[in-house]
Amino acid sequence: MNPIRIENLKKHFGKVRALDGLTLDVEPGTIFGFLGPNGAGKTTTIRLLTGLSRPTAGHAWVAGLDIIHSRKFADRIGYLPEEPVFYSWMTPAEFLDYTGRLFGFTAEERKIRTKDLLELAGLSQVSKRRIGGFSRGMRQRLGVAQALFNRPEVLFLDEPVSALDPAGRKEVLEMIGQLRGECTVFMSTHILADVERVCDTVGIINHGRLVVEARQAELLARYTVPALELECDAGFEGQFKAWIESLKSSEWVSSVTLNGPVARIVVNDLSAARQALLFQASQARLALRRYEIVTPSLEDIFLRLIGTEGRIE
Amino acid sequence: MKFMVSLRKELLELWRTHRFLVTSVVLVLFGMISPLLAKLAPQLLKMVPGGERFVAMMPPPTIADAIAQYVKNINQFGILLALLTSMGTVSREKEKGTAAIILVKPLPRSIFLLSKFTALSLSFLVSLALAAVVAYYYTMILFEAPRFPSWVALNVLIWLSLLVYIGLTMLFSTIFKSQWAAAGLGLVIIFFFSAGGSIPAIGKYLPLHLISWGSALLKGSAASSWPALWVSLSLILLSLLAAWVIFQRQEL
Repeated sequence: MNPIRIENLKKHFGKVRALDGLTLDVEPGTIFGFLGPNGAGKTTTIRLLTGLSRPTAGHAWVAGLDIIHSRKFADRIGYLPEEPVFYSWMTPAEFLDYTGRLFGFTAEERKIRTKDLLELAGLSQVSKRRIGGFSRGMRQRLGVAQALFNRPEVLFLDEPVSALDPAGRKEVLEMIGQLRGECTVFMSTHILADVERVCDTVGIINHGRLVVEARQAELLARYTVPALELECDAGFEGQFKAWIESLKSSEWVSSVTLNGPVARIVVNDLSAARQALLFQASQARLALRRYEIVTPSLEDIFLRLIGTEGRIE
Repeated sequence: MKFMVSLRKELLELWRTHRFLVTSVVLVLFGMISPLLAKLAPQLLKMVPGGERFVAMMPPPTIADAIAQYVKNINQFGILLALLTSMGTVSREKEKGTAAIILVKPLPRSIFLLSKFTALSLSFLVSLALAAVVAYYYTMILFEAPRFPSWVALNVLIWLSLLVYIGLTMLFSTIFKSQWAAAGLGLVIIFFFSAGGSIPAIGKYLPLHLISWGSALLKGSAASSWPALWVSLSLILLSLLAAWVIFQRQEL
């Protein structure tokens, strides 16, 4: 059995259907990116799979164990909540030691593991400082460390890098990447660049239902659509915007997104687009700085599957 | 094993957050000043204009006054401290999110609750023992030594009555996500017990009657109050049981 298996899982809060028949399987040793817009049901899924919440209906297994009727799987999982909170009066070393005690580690094992994880999280220098004075980024790194303490078979990470600066984000993502093959990582996020960087498999959820689940490469291949990116010179933004708007009615245009001086045009007929685009730009007397044919990103696929309601970075 | 791990953490928390210190200092302080107040009451009264007339009417202070002061102060402040130290035990952890990060680990919720109750019970046991030792010493110096076995029995009964408030407030702390809601209901219970205590038919079953029993023992009375003891022990057990049943079903 796969380390995470979910069958028709439902979670209702009164009339709100946070999860509406979610079914998915996560292969062992992979890093699974769980994507979705805000309120799609990502955190609810993780809370159900970690036993913090009970499903309204359906079944789920984690590390081969039924999560509804038993808590035995608690020994075999790690969990990082979206905003990890700790006992402010403890030091990070004490919290990790306490975690080790709960998992039944011996004093020697706890000492070694605590030292290693503090180093991994970059918290060795502050190991004797109270957690109460930590920044959100430091708490997030401690959260990752405590989730790894028991060398879990399945690791649940809820928005693991959302509070980190670019350097911290890179470090944590590299740390997650190194877990590939060692444990199964189930990572929820709305930051598509992070998913593209580390995840092997991607599941996209919306309105509590799985929209698609596939290996990232397969997903990109499946939804490959030609796209062009154009960037105008400074001072032409207004003219550029109006011209881009006018392109929307062209037969060969699928969708257009404009971000300042950069426009991304997903097309359905690349040769027609190539013939028409530069000609029309010159007719509109636009000065273009860049013009290139680009491969679609996960963001393009996400927007296509979810629609524009998903707010993403 | 898990219980000892959790209890160790709870005791450390009581120490580091100064809750044990505050409890013991307040109770020891009242243990010390209660016999002093009883002894110095006539002198203090003389300092008030016109107080001499009242002093002349008053009998000289005795050991009974010292014990009455001690029982009144320790009971009042003990209940207040029981409420303040236990109102956030579970609700604060749920509200902040620490309960979630701990309870996904292999720690049963029953042990999580029981270790909290045990830690608070031990904190009050030690604080009350210190207060009792200090009060015994001052009473002995200023008046005479109270009968030792009865003194111990009185303090054990006070401790048991405080455990009822701790248990009930912990139950409310489990039910609600806000510690202030738990404190509010705790106050309602205190009011109910105080009001019920003044009705003899009800009062003999309430935890407050344990203290009356302890005071009577010190006076050499053979009267007992077993119903109040059984009701108190039942209330403690039922509170913990209800807290456990509710907490098991709660989503964190």
